[in-house]
Amino acid sequence: MPPAVSELAETLAALCGEPGLSGREEPVRRRVAGLLAGRVDSLRTDALGNLIAVKGAGKPGPRLMLSAHMDEVGFLVSGIDAEGYLRFVKVGGLDDRILPGKQVRVGAQGIPGVILARPPHLQKREEKERVVPATDLRIDIGARSREQAERHVAVGDSVLFDAGFAELGAGRVAGRAFDDRAGCAVLVHTLLETYPCEVVGVFTVQEEVGLRGAGPAAYAVDPQLALVLEVTGASDVPGASPEAEATALGAGPAITFIDRATLPPAALVELLVDTAQRAGIPWQWRKTVAGGTEAGRILQTRAGIPAGTVSVPCRYIHSPWAVLDLADLANTLALTRAFVERVGREAGLLEERGLLQRQG
Amino acid sequence: MVVTEELAELLAALCRAPGLSGREEPARQVFLDAARPLCDAVQLDPLGNAVAWRRAAEPPTGAGTAAAGARESLLIAAHADEIGFLVTAVEKGGFLRVRPVGGVDPKTVLGQAVLVHGRARFRGVIGAKPPHFTTEAEREKPVPVEELFVDTGLPEEQVREAIPPGSAVTFAGEPRALLDGRFAGRSLDNRAGVAAAVECLRRLAGRPLAVDLYVVATVQEELGFRGATAVTYRLRPSAGLAVDVTFARQPGVSEAEGVELGGGPAVAVGPVIHPAVYRRLVEVAGAVGIPYQVEAAPRHTGTDAAAIQISRAGVPAGVVSVPMRSMHAPAGVVALADVEATGRLLAEFAAGLTPGWLEEVRDGGAAGSL
Repeated sequence: MPPAVSELAETLAALCGEPGLSGREEPVRRRVAGLLAGRVDSLRTDALGNLIAVKGAGKPGPRLMLSAHMDEVGFLVSGIDAEGYLRFVKVGGLDDRILPGKQVRVGAQGIPGVILARPPHLQKREEKERVVPATDLRIDIGARSREQAERHVAVGDSVLFDAGFAELGAGRVAGRAFDDRAGCAVLVHTLLETYPCEVVGVFTVQEEVGLRGAGPAAYAVDPQLALVLEVTGASDVPGASPEAEATALGAGPAITFIDRATLPPAALVELLVDTAQRAGIPWQWRKTVAGGTEAGRILQTRAGIPAGTVSVPCRYIHSPWAVLDLADLANTLALTRAFVERVGREAGLLEERGLLQRQG
Repeated sequence: MVVTEELAELLAALCRAPGLSGREEPARQVFLDAARPLCDAVQLDPLGNAVAWRRAAEPPTGAGTAAAGARESLLIAAHADEIGFLVTAVEKGGFLRVRPVGGVDPKTVLGQAVLVHGRARFRGVIGAKPPHFTTEAEREKPVPVEELFVDTGLPEEQVREAIPPGSAVTFAGEPRALLDGRFAGRSLDNRAGVAAAVECLRRLAGRPLAVDLYVVATVQEELGFRGATAVTYRLRPSAGLAVDVTFARQPGVSEAEGVELGGGPAVAVGPVIHPAVYRRLVEVAGAVGIPYQVEAAPRHTGTDAAAIQISRAGVPAGVVSVPMRSMHAPAGVVALADVEATGRLLAEFAAGLTPGWLEEVRDGGAAGSL
């Protein structure tokens, strides 16, 4: 693996090693801050927990905001039964079908537990055909009573799948929370370089519970343009019809022309595509309409901030182990850097493309 | 009851070792390495059953119906195999189609990490088509096994070369200590039983036995007690015990359906269980102060005892089980104290056996035995 790619993979692995449920992003924020300390002009955390890294403050030209969300989907402990089992609710979109029988970690201490499944030997036919909703499942942490459980966990504690990071071979990796630690890894490495314009990297909070951190962050940063770094569900797997294929692993960063929350300005989409083509970076369209990203929020902030999204294709997002291709991660970084470099270097580019306010 | 660090480590090592039915070698090796210093000889049979033999102090010949020169013996069978999958085909894109081996619960496998044992070991994930390709009706049912696949992330040519059909696929996951001496991990069915069997040997080390003891890590129990069938025939034990796991109470498993986790070994009673074996087990437990539970075992018990009981001309059999939550899911839960107590019960049962008692139990007509 080329050294640059292996560093990117190491950053991704480190970020996946930190728990960061929506609303509980602190461990991820600390890790990111540690990676950027001394490499950016300033680092601050806002009232919601967004981490804002400024590089090149005061440089001429547009201020560019790049964002990636630190939070991941998971669960919250919603109650503790008298016998010591934990009840839980979902935070963010999760498929009930992936829950039973999985190992989890609870709270800041990462207390191990198991989402218990009812033995199949005891199930009759209709029960075998029924998916158990999350509300009917319980987590066993080994406690014998509520009092014993309460010495180690509390209502409101986060619950995450007990999964980390693993190399699969052939440049592919698997891990928990690739959505959106992959975007965070790209953003960290983007910020390690220097650009001709001011770049503000925002590691946002609470994307998975309604794209909540990005708007307030964009309001405070007040950029001329924003780019959101995400992952997008790849469906190059059996059962997905090829005509409807959203994105594929290995085909490069996916550029959004529409998602559930966002209609990025066509000029921005063209600029991204053009930048990729000029730099010889492979790219693909993000073809599904499902799922929204923070770009939609940013477009509605203040008087409207042009924003678009570039995503790393990723299989099995929102499950214990997602899979992505390191080449796609590296190419997403390459495209992001090339884009920022171009916007900073080519004076008047944004005006010329109609992406800045101008006389009619 | 203080559970040794050693037992917890042994159980973790057993759980980490893969051992799909028919491909039990890694799990079996952990058993053999632990058992070898605790017995007189170890042996592997043609099917892969691993036999640890403790010789009786005196030649334990019986004067009764046993053939002249035959030695009275106890067989303890703990199945080494676990449920999982076998690769049936490689699809376009390098995805693996699989079929279950043993009673895999399709409701528990989607999104689970696995190990694929081809020409090398590969990590993989069990996947299905993404949710936005499914209808609402499809999302309300578990994904059928035929629609699942294993994704190793590797390119098709590499997969075809390195992962032939017939490759084993086992659940991946790290064993974890839970609160209060509980333990979570993959393959506790039946590594908990195997650990108890090793604990039995450990507690018998240095103590004389009046009968031979065979502690066997059997193969292919999950497919119908196939290892136990062959090894019982070959060893001709006078009596046999299966040590396995049984359902522990949990949300969804009522008092009627399961035993208490932490309540000690579950001693089975039922048609397949020889009443004298059952009585002796509970007597021993009472005499040495091992808390135990009684479990009604219907039909054939679902353990190696089913094969032991009808071997050759019949063998008196019993079952002792470690209570377990979430059986046949990728991760389950046991209490370490139950594993240890099960091992202790097996040891005390074996230590107290005499050739005379075994002869009596074998003669169905003897007063009081049936």
